[in-house]
Amino acid sequence: MTDAPHVPVARRLLANRMFLATCITCTGLAVCVLAVLIVSIMMDGVHRLSPDFIANFASRKPDQAGIRAPLVGSIWVCTICALTALPVGVGTAIYLEEFAKRGRLTEFIRINISNLSGVPSIVYGIIGLTAFSRFFGWRAGAEPIELGSPDSLLYLRLPFGSSVLAGGLTLALVVLPIVIVASQEAIRAVPNSLRQGALALGSTHWQMVSRLTLPASLPMVMTGAILAMSRAIGEAAPILVLGAPLMVLETPANLMSEFTVLPMQIFNWAGRAKASFQEIAAAAIIVQLAVLMSFNALAIVVRQRLQTPLQ
Amino acid sequence: MAHPAAAEITSAARGTPIPRSSRDRSERVVKSVLLSFSLLSIVTTFSIVAVLGIEAWGFFTGFPDKPGIGLIPFLTGTEWSPLLGGEQKFGVLPLVCGTVLVTVIAGAFALPIGLVTAIFLSEYAPPRLRVVLKSALEVLAGVPTVVYGFFALAVITPALQRVSDAFGTYNALSAGLAVGIMILPIVCSLSEDALRAVPQSLRDGSSALGGTKFDTSVKVVLPAALSGIMASFLLALTRAIGETMIVALAAGGLAQMTMNPASQVQTMTGFIVAIFTGDAQANSVEYASSYAVAATLFLMTLALTLTGSAILRRFREEYE
Repeated sequence: MTDAPHVPVARRLLANRMFLATCITCTGLAVCVLAVLIVSIMMDGVHRLSPDFIANFASRKPDQAGIRAPLVGSIWVCTICALTALPVGVGTAIYLEEFAKRGRLTEFIRINISNLSGVPSIVYGIIGLTAFSRFFGWRAGAEPIELGSPDSLLYLRLPFGSSVLAGGLTLALVVLPIVIVASQEAIRAVPNSLRQGALALGSTHWQMVSRLTLPASLPMVMTGAILAMSRAIGEAAPILVLGAPLMVLETPANLMSEFTVLPMQIFNWAGRAKASFQEIAAAAIIVQLAVLMSFNALAIVVRQRLQTPLQ
Repeated sequence: MAHPAAAEITSAARGTPIPRSSRDRSERVVKSVLLSFSLLSIVTTFSIVAVLGIEAWGFFTGFPDKPGIGLIPFLTGTEWSPLLGGEQKFGVLPLVCGTVLVTVIAGAFALPIGLVTAIFLSEYAPPRLRVVLKSALEVLAGVPTVVYGFFALAVITPALQRVSDAFGTYNALSAGLAVGIMILPIVCSLSEDALRAVPQSLRDGSSALGGTKFDTSVKVVLPAALSGIMASFLLALTRAIGETMIVALAAGGLAQMTMNPASQVQTMTGFIVAIFTGDAQANSVEYASSYAVAATLFLMTLALTLTGSAILRRFREEYE
């Protein structure tokens, strides 16, 4: 501020006031965008919401179309994603924060994770397609190997094809960096004095982590996990690459069932020119946003209920 | 001859060997399981590089029945027409151009507004208002991108068409603005974090020297937080480049070299969507081209991410 004395006070005060006005305008604009977004979607879609819309399968006729298959598909995919991404993600975070020694390998893993979080989700879709749907071209053209009976929940077909399991695993790749980073922050927030106390009392490293660090960081870990899942449930691009069919007329029966998810259904409907399809796309968006809002609310409740201050 | 009890005491004092070794063993098992989890992320990166690299290599060097496209023609060609009847042309520049156009529009919209909003939130807003605005931003951040795509088609494009006849159903400006809205919360919340990390003492010092709030925020706090703000910008632009659903819905499907925001463009992600939703055969040249495009996209985002973390590491201002 070497030039400060040369600027008259009145001008500086004017600049101050004008800047505040700019700030308020920009913030107002951001809030307005959110308002317009929500209002326009509500106006387009709210009259299409009905119990039938939730309970019906997709249809060529917009009046009879519903979101049963994508809604149930989203739940399946999200569950598979949570069951795989959360243990691996939290485990990685524990390793990096509690066990890893500073060194080349640890540094490489850290940089690698930050790069993975920048990879576009459609690229993960291509990797999921190659790795999970096709097993890198293993048995291409041949009949898939079947394990178990199709009636059972755990029926497997190798490679997985465009199945709900392949979808869930692909989304797990997408959210894994998010889970890791959120869990790392949570574990780092646990004060070191607690760790030293546990070690001084003779507990092993893992005893300290499992009985002290993890419980203490659980609220933050869970908040991060819920936010990662809300990202997973909104992803359409990776599922699109895996090849979810345009119209799915049944809900998944096992891990190998074909499926679609809510954002994919929204994409299909929103891309059509007919106004009635735009309306049901808006209605599906309302359902999607309602699901996400309940996720967010859950995260807030978890954060507030379980959080005990650590000194 | 020692008393039996004394022997027992000695053994206890030496530690209890059996339980400890079992503890050590389970400790080692847990540690290796956790290590293998964290190695999975390296496996993922390796798979990305290998899959994209191998498929793109095949596309460049040729197939058993067809000649390859070649790396140089791919990177410098200005025509992209893989699906149209007639001669197929694979010059990636039109797709890069479309991606850059959409990203520039998004950045021009979101970076200034996001930064100013962040300054307002961190320096000006009363705590209550700040909480409300931050949760509004959190809502925006959680909205799936396909919703912004719908918003672009249903609201932004009709509004643009009312302003000028030049805008068609699909245009770069509508998609770019929607992408801008999508990255706005990223810019805003990450920049705000960077601004708030600047210690209060700097602000107090500036005020004590007679600086106005504007002087303090823009000439003291902003430069101190610059590395974090730059990193937030780069992260937001990375997201914009990789954004798929918005451009697939609103930007159009015609790859062309243009910087005209009213014309339709195809981005790299848009092309990948077109391939995987279309009826391209799995062993055709156009199908293989999507891997080459994905590899280009991956390298671009990787470069941005690495630049971002380099800026954070190199130019971070440490205050104690």
